[in-house]
Amino acid sequence: MIHYVKLAYRNLGRHRRRSILSGLALALGTALLLFIAAFFEGEMRSAMETTIRLNTGHLQLQDADYDPDKLSVAWEYLIEKPEQVAAQIQTLDAVAVAAPRLIANGIVSAGDEAVGVQIIGIAPESKANDPYRDGLVEGQFLTAEDRDGILIGYPLANSLGLKPGDRLSLLVNTANGSVDEQVFTVRGIFSTGTTAYDKGVVFLSLAKAQVFSGAGDRASLIFILLNDREQAEAVAAAIRTPAYQVKTWRQMNELLVLVNDFSNAYLAVINLIVLGVTATVIVNTLLMSVFERTREIGILAAIGMKRRQIIALFLTEAALLALGGVAFGGALGWALSAYFGEVGFYFGDLGMSAQMLMQDRIYTVLTLEAAINLILTAFVITLLAALYPARMAARMEPVEALRGK
Amino acid sequence: MEVARLIEVTRIYKVGNVETRALNGITTVIHEGEFTALVGPSGSGKTTLLQLIGCLDRPTSGKVIVAGHETTHLNHNQRADLRRSTIGFVFQFFALIPTLTAYENVEMPLLLNGKSAAERRKRVMELLEAVGMVNRAHHRPDQLSGGEQQRVAVARALAPYPKIILADEPTANLDTQNGEQVMEIMKKLNRETGTTFIFATHDPRVIKHARRIIALRDGTIIEDQPGESP
Repeated sequence: MIHYVKLAYRNLGRHRRRSILSGLALALGTALLLFIAAFFEGEMRSAMETTIRLNTGHLQLQDADYDPDKLSVAWEYLIEKPEQVAAQIQTLDAVAVAAPRLIANGIVSAGDEAVGVQIIGIAPESKANDPYRDGLVEGQFLTAEDRDGILIGYPLANSLGLKPGDRLSLLVNTANGSVDEQVFTVRGIFSTGTTAYDKGVVFLSLAKAQVFSGAGDRASLIFILLNDREQAEAVAAAIRTPAYQVKTWRQMNELLVLVNDFSNAYLAVINLIVLGVTATVIVNTLLMSVFERTREIGILAAIGMKRRQIIALFLTEAALLALGGVAFGGALGWALSAYFGEVGFYFGDLGMSAQMLMQDRIYTVLTLEAAINLILTAFVITLLAALYPARMAARMEPVEALRGK
Repeated sequence: MEVARLIEVTRIYKVGNVETRALNGITTVIHEGEFTALVGPSGSGKTTLLQLIGCLDRPTSGKVIVAGHETTHLNHNQRADLRRSTIGFVFQFFALIPTLTAYENVEMPLLLNGKSAAERRKRVMELLEAVGMVNRAHHRPDQLSGGEQQRVAVARALAPYPKIILADEPTANLDTQNGEQVMEIMKKLNRETGTTFIFATHDPRVIKHARRIIALRDGTIIEDQPGESP
């Protein structure tokens, strides 16, 4: 075997520039594969984590008749004594945080501008609101006692020209089907890094939202985050009663799961294209090598080299080329993914729906599993591609090959 | 003892609709230890005859028996096995592997025969010494003269202790001095090892070394007589 490696290595060295270029093509292909995989992984993780953290949570407990599409605050659709319910759920070991939220439709207006928003009443002290608290850009966060303050997102504040201390008018659809309007003071401006979300929601303290919308002491849902999202089904089963429906993050993010599956298929197609192009380069290099060395193949056959040994020789050349290319490409892909994993890509407002929220900046994530899979695939595809020229060399009749140049 | 027997061997090449009869009913026997020249003008069938004895090609009809094996029906791998164990080749062009040194070129058939490192080393050095190439052992073909390359090729042909060495115009690309040197080496190795040498040539300076001369014309043996060489 060592002799094949030695011979193959020297053969690759005959046309050093060609071999380096072929190895480089394979390296770039491999790096591209890793980078694309890291980008998709980062994108999907960002979408899933952002959507769960901001919008759906891992679980939502709702009244059995609640319809999240209507966002009605009519009493029959709401949870009574939500603080007590949340406190009970919070006692479960698997639950990291459980907080009541009241959600209603409304319109914010300031000056001549008016924007439709989702009004969310929150228990300000709950850890469930950390993304808004941590993302506070200006002003202060709400307190439970705040009856006048409103928290708005940075893009909304920007479009309405508002800053902390400014006044805005908020219109709400109330529990009895009418509308009410009140003036609020902008207490703080937050940014979660997800423009699509930040421009469409405003926060009030739960108590104020309940009074304002006429929901009494009720809430639309209990927003629940778990220590481990894979426990969602088990916890849902534990807290589900005939009066309440419990939705898991999978159920609430069906679109996202579908997009994830679709992106995997999409990724597979991209991988095939990249690998196809790379394999073509390798086949081309080895074919040129076979044509140039026809007489030499004849000599090897004349001194008794068997077909499988000739195949092995060319496959060893391909393996060396693949090893160098894939190793360099793996390192390059890893370095690129690591760099953009730190720095990220700024995409801005992608205009996604509330069912699929994405950060304005996407950070690449290269998993070890994806890296190993892609590197091995690139290596194996290269060897498979090399079979064609290797077999072509082996199938030459010695007498014909000896006549070649 | 015979090492090769050809019985009514015909070889016809077909290119498109055109048939060329390279050999036409050749029957002959080659015995162990012979130093035989195949002579004749270009196109007389010398190379084709060597290729058939060397199992590089198959006859269109007739039988080729090499070292007791009827080769006509052997498959690709069986023919490769027979070549590896029984036949050595020396070609007109200096057919060395360009990426290997002289030493490694001679070593290659021994590697294919699965010889141990110690056996290989002993045999390669013995042969390089026999052809006067020990001091050039670690040079690659492009660092050797034509005569030196051909001497390495002779050493390589002899490496696996073959029964027959087939040499196709071995001196055609060499100057007189180098050609003479290569012939002397082949003759010496023939005498010392008893290996059968069959070489194709139309060079009278080479023919004079032969102990048997088979003359071919248009694919037929027209004369088979002892040579002048003792």
